[in-house]
Amino acid sequence: MSLGVFGTRHAQALLGSLGRLRRNPFATVLTLLVIGLALALPAALGLFIINAQSATGDFGHAVDMSVYLKSGVPLAKAQQLANDARQRSGVAQVVVISADEGLEEFRKYSGFGAALDALQTNPLPNVLRVVPERAASSSADLESLRDYFAAWPEVDVVQLDTEWVLRFNAILEVLRRLVLIAAVLLGAGVLAVVGNTIRLEILNRRAEIEVTKLVGGSNAFVRRPFLYTGLIYGVGGAVLAWAILEAAVLVLDQPVATLAQLYGSRYALQGPSGQVLGTLFGGGMALGWLGAWISAHRHLRSIEPR
Amino acid sequence: MIEFERVSKRYPNGREALTNVSFRIESGEMVFLTGRSGAGKSTVLKLVALLERPTRGTVTVNGKSTGALRARHIPAFRRHVGVVFQDHKLLADRPVFDNVALPLVVAGAPLKEIDKRVRAALDQVGLLGKERMLPSELSVGEQQRVGIARAVVSKPPLIIADEPTGNLDPELSLEVMRLFRRFSDVGVTVLVATHDQHIVRELAMREIVLASGEVQSGGADSLPHLVARR
Repeated sequence: MSLGVFGTRHAQALLGSLGRLRRNPFATVLTLLVIGLALALPAALGLFIINAQSATGDFGHAVDMSVYLKSGVPLAKAQQLANDARQRSGVAQVVVISADEGLEEFRKYSGFGAALDALQTNPLPNVLRVVPERAASSSADLESLRDYFAAWPEVDVVQLDTEWVLRFNAILEVLRRLVLIAAVLLGAGVLAVVGNTIRLEILNRRAEIEVTKLVGGSNAFVRRPFLYTGLIYGVGGAVLAWAILEAAVLVLDQPVATLAQLYGSRYALQGPSGQVLGTLFGGGMALGWLGAWISAHRHLRSIEPR
Repeated sequence: MIEFERVSKRYPNGREALTNVSFRIESGEMVFLTGRSGAGKSTVLKLVALLERPTRGTVTVNGKSTGALRARHIPAFRRHVGVVFQDHKLLADRPVFDNVALPLVVAGAPLKEIDKRVRAALDQVGLLGKERMLPSELSVGEQQRVGIARAVVSKPPLIIADEPTGNLDPELSLEVMRLFRRFSDVGVTVLVATHDQHIVRELAMREIVLASGEVQSGGADSLPHLVARR
């Protein structure tokens, strides 16, 4: 078979499938709607996770530790210790928060301003805020860094703020698994919907298939338009799912911006990225094609001319 | 072109449709297959078109034994056999052109050639100009001729027809049979199953008579004589 004949055959099959779907708009739209919704749900969950991740600004990696110095250690000594700390490998940044700054901050945010005025002396110690390098943020690295600072005689206590990071990452992981489960279940749903639609189509066109086989149509020839139909359902469903996602983003955009503002952020909701769309369309096409193939494989063989 | 050698066919329901049938049809011959209903005419045609395989014996068509042919080679085999049915098996939702073009489309012929050949085939059966009509808009005789055009469009070396005149009046029947004879005149082998004795007498072609699944006359033994007569 030459390339031209090959192309012609496929173009014929594709156009034939499109024409057939167009002649049956109601059934086609219903099927597309089911597939579109089934694809949109896991995609929306995935998009939610992506947004949650970027809204919290790489939280997952922003680990730091607070090194509380003993209350007698003067600020000059704290500066000197900070310089020493900066020499240690794995340390990205060290900021000295002096006792005065600490008090000021506390006064500002805690709402205990008046109560603090009653204090004669500042009860807060000088603090070093240590940010580890990203490459050295594994829990073992953090442990060793903590032990290193804890061993200094001037250090009172080292607080490692990892618990909430771990919790946040765990929540994201649970959500990711949920997306996976939803994607698998709904993907199976898409397979079933496409498979059943194709099965009905095959039964409807039984006479045509018989005649086609009678005049020498191979199984591949008979199967081809059904595979294209499945592929079209997949693409159509993906387009619909895309529209649903964009519409959801549009509806949520304003409230999310308001919410972000209340947290002092200028975060704007992200629509589906190229990668999300690629997965959506790739998944839709693969499922549509596979559903059609399974159904065609099962049902076409039993139709032989008599 | 067609050779049956001690062919028996038993269907899964146990009915023995053919018993020990032998005959030979030469290339370019036109042969009538006659007998009462249930004599086995349709079974012979099904064996030739490879819709069925023989239970015993060998069926050789175009130099190929059908019993040994693998399933994936069946489509290519069928492209070399034009089949005409009593109920013509046209696709009701497709215009005449598409119906006739089907064997060429299936074989992957270029569009230009499809166009040319379909018109030529429709011209041969006298239906040129009705390409865009639906089968239901045609008379029964015209529908049958569309079926014939479809059978000949890919220029197969062999045409088989199962009661092609079953639904036609005598005049139309004769016209259809003459059409078959014209194909046979240009070298196509034609095998027509019919119970219409009038037509068989009129055309005076070789006749293989089946009765209860066996060859009654016109089979292998009388072959040399009949070939000579042609």
